[in-house]
Amino acid sequence: MEWLFFFEVSLAGLGTGGLYALTAIAFVLIYKATRVINLAIGEMLMVGAYLFFGAAAGWALPWWLAIIAALIGGGILGIVLERGVIRPLLGENPISVFMVTIGLGSILVGMVELIWTANPRSLPNFFPTDPIFIGDAFLAPKTFWSFVVAAVVIALFLLLFRFWRGGVALRATASDQGAAYAMGINVPAVYSLAWCLAGVIAAGAGILLGSIGGISSEMGFFGLTVLVVVIVGGLDSVLGALLAGILIGWMEAMAGVYLGGEYEHLVTFILLMVVLLLRPYGLFGTREIERL
Amino acid sequence: MSQNVLEISNIEVVYNHTVQVLRGLSLTVPRGEIVALLGSNGAGKSTTLKAVSNLLSLENGELSAGRITFNGADTARQAPHGLVRDGLCHVMEGRRVFEDLTVEENLVAAGYAISGRKDGRGASFDLVYEYFPRLHERRRSLAGYLSGGEQQMLAIGRALLGRPKLMLLDEPSLGLSPVLVEDIFTIIARINREQDVAMLLVEQNANVALALADYGYIMESGRVMMDGAPEKLMADADVREFYLGMAGAGGEAKSYRHIKHYKRRKRWLS
Repeated sequence: MEWLFFFEVSLAGLGTGGLYALTAIAFVLIYKATRVINLAIGEMLMVGAYLFFGAAAGWALPWWLAIIAALIGGGILGIVLERGVIRPLLGENPISVFMVTIGLGSILVGMVELIWTANPRSLPNFFPTDPIFIGDAFLAPKTFWSFVVAAVVIALFLLLFRFWRGGVALRATASDQGAAYAMGINVPAVYSLAWCLAGVIAAGAGILLGSIGGISSEMGFFGLTVLVVVIVGGLDSVLGALLAGILIGWMEAMAGVYLGGEYEHLVTFILLMVVLLLRPYGLFGTREIERL
Repeated sequence: MSQNVLEISNIEVVYNHTVQVLRGLSLTVPRGEIVALLGSNGAGKSTTLKAVSNLLSLENGELSAGRITFNGADTARQAPHGLVRDGLCHVMEGRRVFEDLTVEENLVAAGYAISGRKDGRGASFDLVYEYFPRLHERRRSLAGYLSGGEQQMLAIGRALLGRPKLMLLDEPSLGLSPVLVEDIFTIIARINREQDVAMLLVEQNANVALALADYGYIMESGRVMMDGAPEKLMADADVREFYLGMAGAGGEAKSYRHIKHYKRRKRWLS
């Protein structure tokens, strides 16, 4: 039964890893398009979860409508942050922008606590509750379904990135901003689009995460692990974000079970240090020096 | 509407609020003609093009005086992408293809140039592939893996896709072999003739540029020092020596074996 247990823990780890990967994609999207290290990504995720909570519990909307409302809210939040705070800072020292996103995170936490208080809440359950068995291994249905949703959203996003014209514009802007302007691409609009999409993805990840473990104003801590994920994967690599997300989710689960819960983050950050020592630009990142 | 597609009058450009690069430069590009802008390194040729296409702000530059009109409208009021959509395409120095996109995706990105255009004709990749059959063969490969010549073709092709009225070409010969330079310039001449595109051509290679152009300007530290028809410029002793690499009087190509350590000073500097 030893192997079965190992398998079950692995599956659970992959479940969390899917959420890491999803949130990491939101982060990478913003970084690629606008070269902003957005440390408020965890808080954007938290706001998305609270929006869902507010729509589902506060306005008593059906769960699917509440999800749509929360996703739209997340997108609007992204656009507002970009237009209101990030755009005026374009061209400033990267460290200033980076610090501003930390501040933004605190403001978002404060706003959520003002509206919904700091008490942890649980989200209404909307996943099927039948137990899931893969072979003999049991998997919590919430973990399973959130992984499935994350995987589908990631796949959709990758397709969008590859085949949609706006996706091409995004990648063109990411690769050479000046040349993108010279192609007639509306670069500021692309920035807004990137933040909007990232807001939607973060809100979605927040809903999934909240439905597994409940929500609180400290959910933004999740963003710290996501930061590790993107650094390990290479800041500007979507593929890196995916693989590193899965890897770190799995390692945390392993460490949590075999070493004890207090080792979860220890293992994550040891991995971060090792990767930074061996490959400072991350596993898949562009090989250039980013001064921070 | 005036017969000049582009008029630059007395512009000054300052980078970082400190370095003045252009000092009262004026030039005009008539409709459908090729105008060459020559000058040594650092004369401000590329800066002139960036000022026209409104890309100075990306490099902390600023148009501090003067006026640029494209098609009769002041360019300062237009966003860079808006200018492109109005038919002003800038082929930037160093090709600047999107390296991690395929050739075809590069063209898709370039298709933004004709969004919102009235005539309703969609982006036509065929037009580009007709001028550059080589790009059609390589349309699925990543642009970063193309050879330098192919990348230059792609850069010009992207601009062509926007059906421009004016193309700004920044050193299309950069880093290419003489044979390729000839090919590229033949195609540039064809595009000019067949698509009725005016061109402002910046070049180090004065020979090819003057062979192609209808009119030429020579600039030196931010000003136009001389202008005229190519024949007139080619006949000028200074141009012959400093830009065409001919020894001053004799008309022989200069050999490095006979080079002297002192040079005749350019007359306009004295």
